[in-house]
Amino acid sequence: MTQSHRIAGGQIDRTKTLRFTFDGVRYQGHPGDTLASALLANGVRLMGRSFKYHRPRGPISAGSEEPNALVELRTGGRQEPNTRATVTELYDGLEANSQNRWPSLRFDAMGINDKLSTFFAAGFYYKTFMWPKSFWEKLYEPIIRRAAGLGSVTREEDPDAYDKGFLHCDLLVIGAGPTGLMAALTAGRAGKRVILADEDFRLGGRLNAETFSVGQTSGADWAAATVAELATLPNVRLMTRTTVIGAFDHGIYGAVERVSDHLAVPAQGKPRQVLWRIYAGKAILAAGATERPVAFENNDRPGILLAGALRAYANRWGAKAGERLAVFTNNDDGIRTALDLQAKGVDVVAVIDSREGGDLIPGVRHLRGAEVIDSSGKLGLKSITVRQANGRSETIAVDALGVSGGWNPNVNIHSHHRSRPIYDPAIAAFVPGQDGPPGLLVAGAAAGAFSTHAALRTGRDAAIAALELIGAAPDLPETEDAPTRVTPLWHVAHGKGRAWIDQQNDVTVKDVKLAHQENFTSVEHLKRYTTLGMATDQGKTGNVIGLAVMAELTGRSIPETGTTIYRPPYTPVALGTLAGRSRGKKFKPFRLTPSHHWAKEHGAIFVEVGNWLRTQWVPKAGETEWRQSVDREVLATRKSVGICDVTTLGKIDIQGTDAGAFLDRVYANTFSSLAVGKCRYGLMLREDGMVFDDGTTARMGTNEYVMTTTTANAVTVFRHLEFCRQCLWPDMDVQLISTTEAWAQFSVAGPNARKLLEKVVDQDISDAAFPYMGAGNVTVCGGLRARLFRISFSGELAYEIAVPTRYGDALLREMLAKGAEFDPIVYGTEALGVMRIEKGHVAGGELNGQSTALNMGLGKMVSKKKDAIGMVLSQREGMTAETGYRLVGVKPVDPQAKLTAGSHFLEKGAAPVAANDGGWLTSKVYSPHLGCDIALGYLKAGDKKIGQRMRIVNLLAGLDTEVEIISPHMFDPEGERLRG
Amino acid sequence: MIIHHPILGPRDAQEFVYLGDASLIDRPDGMTAGIEAFHDYLYQRSNPAGEHRELWYHEQGDRSWLVVTRNTVTHEITKVELARDVARAKGRSK
Amino acid sequence: MASLQALTALGARGPAVVEIGPLRITERADLALASVAARRGRFTDLAAAAQSAGVPLPEAAGYQAGAPYSAFWTAPDMWFVEAPFASHELIAGLLKAALGDAASVTEQTDAWVAFDLAAADLTPLLERLCNVDFRSVPKGYATRTVMEHLGVYLVKLDQGAVRLYGPRSSAQSLLHALEVAAASVW
Repeated sequence: MTQSHRIAGGQIDRTKTLRFTFDGVRYQGHPGDTLASALLANGVRLMGRSFKYHRPRGPISAGSEEPNALVELRTGGRQEPNTRATVTELYDGLEANSQNRWPSLRFDAMGINDKLSTFFAAGFYYKTFMWPKSFWEKLYEPIIRRAAGLGSVTREEDPDAYDKGFLHCDLLVIGAGPTGLMAALTAGRAGKRVILADEDFRLGGRLNAETFSVGQTSGADWAAATVAELATLPNVRLMTRTTVIGAFDHGIYGAVERVSDHLAVPAQGKPRQVLWRIYAGKAILAAGATERPVAFENNDRPGILLAGALRAYANRWGAKAGERLAVFTNNDDGIRTALDLQAKGVDVVAVIDSREGGDLIPGVRHLRGAEVIDSSGKLGLKSITVRQANGRSETIAVDALGVSGGWNPNVNIHSHHRSRPIYDPAIAAFVPGQDGPPGLLVAGAAAGAFSTHAALRTGRDAAIAALELIGAAPDLPETEDAPTRVTPLWHVAHGKGRAWIDQQNDVTVKDVKLAHQENFTSVEHLKRYTTLGMATDQGKTGNVIGLAVMAELTGRSIPETGTTIYRPPYTPVALGTLAGRSRGKKFKPFRLTPSHHWAKEHGAIFVEVGNWLRTQWVPKAGETEWRQSVDREVLATRKSVGICDVTTLGKIDIQGTDAGAFLDRVYANTFSSLAVGKCRYGLMLREDGMVFDDGTTARMGTNEYVMTTTTANAVTVFRHLEFCRQCLWPDMDVQLISTTEAWAQFSVAGPNARKLLEKVVDQDISDAAFPYMGAGNVTVCGGLRARLFRISFSGELAYEIAVPTRYGDALLREMLAKGAEFDPIVYGTEALGVMRIEKGHVAGGELNGQSTALNMGLGKMVSKKKDAIGMVLSQREGMTAETGYRLVGVKPVDPQAKLTAGSHFLEKGAAPVAANDGGWLTSKVYSPHLGCDIALGYLKAGDKKIGQRMRIVNLLAGLDTEVEIISPHMFDPEGERLRG
Repeated sequence: MIIHHPILGPRDAQEFVYLGDASLIDRPDGMTAGIEAFHDYLYQRSNPAGEHRELWYHEQGDRSWLVVTRNTVTHEITKVELARDVARAKGRSK
Repeated sequence: MASLQALTALGARGPAVVEIGPLRITERADLALASVAARRGRFTDLAAAAQSAGVPLPEAAGYQAGAPYSAFWTAPDMWFVEAPFASHELIAGLLKAALGDAASVTEQTDAWVAFDLAAADLTPLLERLCNVDFRSVPKGYATRTVMEHLGVYLVKLDQGAVRLYGPRSSAQSLLHALEVAAASVW
């Protein structure tokens, strides 16, 4: 098809042709076109179907406020629903499809909804589909969802990347129309760091859409020249295709830059969009204004556009929406459309001015004091019906109608901190109110200063005021300074038909009336009940009309009625943009242990523990099931020796003359009395008396300790220690530093642990020289500094040996090689878990943040002879009850029976109800030594029930198993092995 | 939000971890105060709509604990102090 | 001294060098690092000892280069001191001997991975990675910041030269973040 509706002029590059398709039909456009302008130029007005009634719709605007012309853009994983054709920059090969229609846009079967509109008024789903209840999910909701909707989401993964970034400036200018350009020029020439951001791909705002001159040139040329000057200033950053989406606290603004949306496919490695966090000393909102329509019956037909949009399509894009044009206006600006289009050679049939005194254009028929009351044309406008001042109706054949109800300043961002806009009767619109975001000034049309001169002047003055500039400011070029003359007209009262307010959500004047009739008087309630302004366009064109109609119905003034709250984002943001690079495997960073490379070489299975990847088990050839590997690792360790990477445990270096005293305060037990060269198990409480963390702390010197924490709590314990050090006891001489990653630490456990270590440690580590709970600095492999701790989590003779991380891999290989005669194995977290449960050591399941030392059987560790965090509140009545939970061991009476963690204790014969609940299993493993499942659990008065039989019940898993309550120390209860 | 760190100047609140009411500095002495005093210390907090002194930890920074005076309604921050200085001024020592 | 062979943070025998467009990322496995914290009330003693030992103790948010010791501020009364690994692998012991009981010294060499970034201007890269106002801060600025969820120390050596210290266990993730950001920018 040729570009039948292309007219002369505009800022498109006619030397190049771009090919694109809409619903499979091929069209052509030019660089500089949007999808909407190119379709209009090709004579296509019908671009979508409405949300609820499936009414045929075309664009009403030429910008981001567009409610109607929403399409599905691109295909495959890049398919993007609800994309506004009015801001979609045309590129060669663009593919777009209409949405919410079946089987085709021109014939949509769901158009039947329009005939059934009486059933679909506001709140219909609250009333209609009440019963039977079960029908809602199964029947009503799926049908409604299919019938009412927007575009569809692709099921494929988005192949593109999204990025994030941070920017800093003295002044952020939001919007690059005449106001923003002048503000940026003023601040930029003064040497300030300026960011000028605009959602459009061409800077200049309305200057690109108007015909009047600025200085000696056209507005568009002035804009281009100003942009060119700004581009030469190194302190100014021009950001096209960048929407400032919100004002956040203390000068932080969010912005989305569409880096590659105007390309078929992003360049290699380049993001599709970037989410910017902008730190701005000051900001100027120069976001301009949005024209609003007037609601009248059937005002939603393709071909009925905002008057300013018709002008923009003609002047900027050289496209006309029709051959025979009428304009319906209540203000002078609408008349400009008639003038401009007449100059472009369009047949301007009539200007319908609701006022009596509007300007007259020679050669054009003016109907003063008249209103458009209806329109016709099934898939596009064919005629309008006008009610003249004398009450007579007349039908006029037109295929395009420009409607102007006045302009609404884009106050949104100024209201993001709940500042309420103020109604200004002089322009019949809301302007920014008090208490906007500190540091944000508003200028130009966004502040209600509509003339071009006012825009330039207020833009310049705002920059001077924001930055307290002194000295010469740019001269203001000569330009139009027309006053705003508007007589409010929100909707045309006539007949019983539907007059659209919110075209995207299909909200009509009738719906507002219904809401009022049903006693919804607050605008916030009106919004929720009718869904006015809740679509993806957030009611940019409709909201003010809706509340004005509401005001009329309630008899309140417009200011009394007020607006709803404005919230970010200004325009919709793709979820991928918010996610940025953090998705899939890159969602968060990984932490790798020093033995990772060895483990990977040997086919280890890894488990994510926080960000750490830890070895879970290391399967050997022939092992097909995880239990085989884990059982083998446990048995081999207990028989000879096993090695486990325990680097992930938090390690904190604590030094200072008060280090011991400090530890006494943060641990429930005492550390100041610990001898140098020894370590001790420490129990850390929260101030509320619950157990916070545990671990072994060693005294490496008089004023030097090394604390270990659990892997999970490494960060929170460090934070807590800093709190204690800085906020509670600020004069203690204590210094803290994390050394978790500095040392590769391995547990070496089993009867042959010492013999193996003797092969690598340079010093004497015999039981006499290095007794149980010994700790100290040693060297390995001929002089490498190392730390050795004789501690055991497994219950075996065990040590933990640490070397600087870079040597960890080599030390592991050396131990395996040098100790080959002992058949050492590397075990993972599963075997670690089995062995600690066999020994009754508490860990994750028991350290649940709701358990006390007493619950864990560690009550005696809480010293009352000194002040320590949690000591006092651990003595609260409810936490010291004899009947409270106690840690117990559990094994099934039938060794074949299975246990599951989370199961509950019940007495034999007791009904499985909450009142009879005796506690729960916290951790469960299979013990290859005991030959059955074993578990740890918290059982009420459990210390008095050792030896008794009970049941553990899991109603979800259908388990009801008889068990014996045993000591949690299920393996080597006397501890003979670990002292060996 | 931006927190004006007394040593490092303006820093994004994203770098901080929030703890709560700055009254957590006023920990009673466990050897003399009883359960009641600790209960009040730990659980009795005011929840003002307005000015609030609160503890923030510069975890992704210099690890300073700060006392930030912030209006909970407007988020305006009127004062930022090192918690250590505040604690000392309250007579806390070792 | 010992027979054990070291691995770099990225798990290789030698340091990595990666080039993406105008950017060069060089892994620095040849730096020794230790934290030095003044004991309570002993800053004057520490400063004196540090001066005679040639250990700089820069002001807050500062980095000071020297030979063999350079240092950057990390927290009130705390610094990270770096020196060549080949001569100062035992940096903690050396500093302890030099600074005596006025300071708490802890070895930090292998807690971190160090990457040197070089390009004509690193601003476009760093603005995709962290909130540091890189263009405005002076040479010798050192700060802790966050890159892709990782806490890192950033030292501005020049407009086109930065040293990053990131958590050693996440060296691969940090390098990946640098590479992706660089590809995105250049």
